[in-house]
Amino acid sequence: MSRATAAGLARGAAFAAAAIAFPFVFNAAWIVNIGVLTLMYAALATAWNLFSGYTGYITLGQAAFFGLGAYTLGIVFEHVGIGSGYNPFYALPLVGAGIAIASVPVAWIALRTRHMTFAIVTLTLLFIVQQLAFNLRSLTKGSSGLMLPTPSFPISSYDTPFYLAMLAILLAGLALCWLILRSKLGLMLLAIREDEEKARGLGIRVTGAKLIAWSLMVWLSAMVGGVWAYYLTFIYPESSVDPLVMIGAVLMTFLGGRGTLWGPTIGALVLVPAQQYMITKLGASQLYLVGYSAVFMVVLLLLPRGILPSLRSAIDKQRERRRTHREPIVREEARA
Amino acid sequence: MSAALLEIEGLTKRFGGVTAVSDCSFAVPEGTVTALVGPNGSGKTTAFNLITGYMRADAGTIRFAGASVRRPNPVSLARHGLTRTFQQARVFPELTLVQNMVAALQQPWRAALQRAVRKHERTRALELLEEFGLARLAGERAGNLSYGQKKLLEFAAVLMADPRLVLLDEPTAGVNPLLVEQIEQRIRDLNARGLTFLLVEHNMNLVMRLSDPVVVLDHGTKLAEGKPDEVRNDPRVLDAYLGG
Repeated sequence: MSRATAAGLARGAAFAAAAIAFPFVFNAAWIVNIGVLTLMYAALATAWNLFSGYTGYITLGQAAFFGLGAYTLGIVFEHVGIGSGYNPFYALPLVGAGIAIASVPVAWIALRTRHMTFAIVTLTLLFIVQQLAFNLRSLTKGSSGLMLPTPSFPISSYDTPFYLAMLAILLAGLALCWLILRSKLGLMLLAIREDEEKARGLGIRVTGAKLIAWSLMVWLSAMVGGVWAYYLTFIYPESSVDPLVMIGAVLMTFLGGRGTLWGPTIGALVLVPAQQYMITKLGASQLYLVGYSAVFMVVLLLLPRGILPSLRSAIDKQRERRRTHREPIVREEARA
Repeated sequence: MSAALLEIEGLTKRFGGVTAVSDCSFAVPEGTVTALVGPNGSGKTTAFNLITGYMRADAGTIRFAGASVRRPNPVSLARHGLTRTFQQARVFPELTLVQNMVAALQQPWRAALQRAVRKHERTRALELLEEFGLARLAGERAGNLSYGQKKLLEFAAVLMADPRLVLLDEPTAGVNPLLVEQIEQRIRDLNARGLTFLLVEHNMNLVMRLSDPVVVLDHGTKLAEGKPDEVRNDPRVLDAYLGG
């Protein structure tokens, strides 16, 4: 095992241990509640980054799959019965996989477009799913919303199972990103992000690689939506297919550093608690959004590439300065 | 002359009212360095784009390695051994030179979760980079290279997958004379080892030294085809391209 691999695994293990311990140490319901939201956004941002950060295809439709996950779980509860307590969590990977597979044909068509067009095309997915939620009343109960059974967790630690479920999805997402970034699939995705036409000319199977990354993004997002629905026990179209949720996740990714492993998580750890704080301070007037955008103005001005890449290049520069006997990089073309 | 590795028959492409390539036919015999020359706008790059599947032809047939290519597609053509470079050198700027090289290895899906750069792949990449005089920059970001070095890297990278035919689009454009010599030498060496080339090139001295046969295009149609000497003395070619 290389040193970088060992350090990466150690970092992951430390994060997992700290995150698992958190709700047992700080067990006040309101703190765990913020924890659930933070992990939810971290998982969504990580999922978004897995596709958009690595391939360069910016999707604005992620909330559609979050909503599909939420509604699918709700509908499955109504019609199939998947038990109570922890049991629904175990059904989530399957629910997510079903949605991911169903989304592949849509993605295959959407991926024929690029850049802004792709962003807009995927944004319409979001509104299509929302309209379906409004109008397929026999399944979704339309705008009156869908009720899920309230799980029988003890009141004192009611939030903890949801916290752990969100954490499990986040860790799965991080593990996937880590695997992908060090693999040939990751190299393919980065090549696509850098220059897709060139990648095609080299024989890189761009469509397959993009579809794999897309399905993983959908799988994770749908599972997050499912946990969220079970947590709230009541979902309706505006809240479960909410552009603001997705914009939050995207902005967190930009804040932390897109294309990195930890960037989205770091972005969520910074922003969600700040957002919750502003909501309590400024009330439900949505004035918190103003504070939100102020944070982003600062980030865009000071750290345009995000926290992690900015930190990394600062560290690199420091090292460069220390290395006195460094061989100069020869930029001349020819070696005499 | 040996059998044709690539055969183009009646290739046509129109852009609105402009016919960029018009009923163009030529062949690239196996084991040759075939040159495609002609004045600017004569359809050379368009022909490249049609052959490699970056554009869909309006008419015409393409045969590669004896099989007809019905719907040319860059990915599958590259995986069958027909690969290309671009007029403006294209590399993956954020990746290192070694990553650029290894990304060009056409991997099967079952290798997708293997380490991005495995030991033997790094060795192979370094060998090729050494041949192209880039080995000492192996860990650099490709974006840090000079333009000429990017051209070399692009050329080296397409060799990673052991192609049968390499289409070089102006391999020496914007490159200093020393590098031109190096690129020429690489083409000669690789050709001696059996690799076939089709190159678009404006440096006629280089073409005359390196290529046989030479195909001359003008207004999207083939004007002449033959040995460099014959082509050079063809009055139509003199008139259209080389000047009297």
